[in-house]
Amino acid sequence: MSDIPKDLKYTKDHEWARQAGSLVTVGVTAHAQEALGDVVYVELPKVGSSVTAGKQFGVIESTKAVSELYAPLSGKVVRVNDALTDKPDTVNADPYGNGWIIELEPSDPKQLDELLDATAYGELLKNG
Amino acid sequence: MARRTPLNETHRKLGARMVDFVGWDMPVQYTSVIGEHEAVRTAVGLFDVSHMGEIEFTGPGALDTVNRLISNDLARCADGQALYAGLLNDQGGFVDDIVVYRFSPERIFICVNSSNRDKDFAWMKERAQGVKPVDRGDDFAQIAVQGPKAAGLIQRLTKADLSKVGTYRFTEGEVAGVACIISRTGYTGEDGFELYCAPEGAERLWNALLQEGQADGVKPCGLGARDSLRTEMKFALYGNDIDDTHTALEAGLGWIVKLDKPGGFIGKEALEQQKAAGVKRRLVGFELTGSGIPRHGYPLLKDGQRVGEVTSGTLGPSVKKPIGMGYVPTELAAEGSTFDVEIRGRAVPAKVVKTPFWKKP
Repeated sequence: MSDIPKDLKYTKDHEWARQAGSLVTVGVTAHAQEALGDVVYVELPKVGSSVTAGKQFGVIESTKAVSELYAPLSGKVVRVNDALTDKPDTVNADPYGNGWIIELEPSDPKQLDELLDATAYGELLKNG
Repeated sequence: MARRTPLNETHRKLGARMVDFVGWDMPVQYTSVIGEHEAVRTAVGLFDVSHMGEIEFTGPGALDTVNRLISNDLARCADGQALYAGLLNDQGGFVDDIVVYRFSPERIFICVNSSNRDKDFAWMKERAQGVKPVDRGDDFAQIAVQGPKAAGLIQRLTKADLSKVGTYRFTEGEVAGVACIISRTGYTGEDGFELYCAPEGAERLWNALLQEGQADGVKPCGLGARDSLRTEMKFALYGNDIDDTHTALEAGLGWIVKLDKPGGFIGKEALEQQKAAGVKRRLVGFELTGSGIPRHGYPLLKDGQRVGEVTSGTLGPSVKKPIGMGYVPTELAAEGSTFDVEIRGRAVPAKVVKTPFWKKP
């Protein structure tokens, strides 16, 4: 079973969300990067753009496949992880740390409560 | 229910991720596509390619029968030589691309794509004049051993003198006690061999190669690395880069078409006409000069107009660039020509480059 940190929230599409003050950092889970294989390209949204909960905000590509990235919650993109442009495999090496993808200013922080907690996400993977 | 090679359980024990590939349950990767790709470029990798098909023509006249079916000229080969050839339709398009092994003028052995096994056999049966083909697909497993350390590894497991087996030559002998056709061929751009053996011997051969190859840094490799390695060489994949609607000349495979060979071959007339009229579109290799990765099916645009589509594309692990292939009008086919690849609604600039994309440093 892949690593599922207790302090994060999760989507059914295998993104994670971490609240830090008024901002939320978003990435993909250890399970997602494992399933994708070697990540070779991440298409990031523009800083200042808006994203909508459940809607696509970017693309992540492995050697073999193209996968959509879905926003865990709605808001404005305040930061993107530009380091992934040169080192996309950071998503494989450190999915919950340096492999983060975007930082959001949520328009409705209560949407966080609608996401899965670690236990529920673990169940989802188990029943996969 | 997907078909399984004799090595299916072995792959599972090694922790391979299995996928359905044209009806076969095959390993796509064991640990990492890039790691496996690198192992082949720098050391040695093992591929189970037992899903490939084998068809044999045996008896007096076998050579002439096969030579009329294929675009290349087997009569000019020596016994013990392998030949890459097109199995073409009457329009000059590909029924399949194949490797033909000349054991003798009376024994010709052919390796065909897994996706085309049944189609090729039916085609050959219908069109062969003289000797009839025999489907030997279930009689052989095949392991590709590819990389600069492949020859050394196999040499330690066989009495056959591999220094006498040149590129696209083959011999027969035991490897790790398993009777094999030992063929110096491959689909990676590296030196290496393809070993054909009876299905019962496949596991013993695989495990011996894996164990003996530890010192060489051997890795079992999946279809993911096989695809990235061949793409960096601009080797065509049937169903992507070549098919029954694109001719051998359009595919840039004129070198396997021998229009002047005695006896002719199926597709010859169509190709002669096309050559006389001029080839209107060509398969090119390109790299993106903007950001993104070209993928099969993405449109190719010139000044906003669709002029073709990507047939294969990836981020080349060795060339470290987004590379692809596709058919474009001949006027856009010269090296340095530019067009765009449409990636999720964006027009990303690309330019035609010299191929193979990968050259040994």
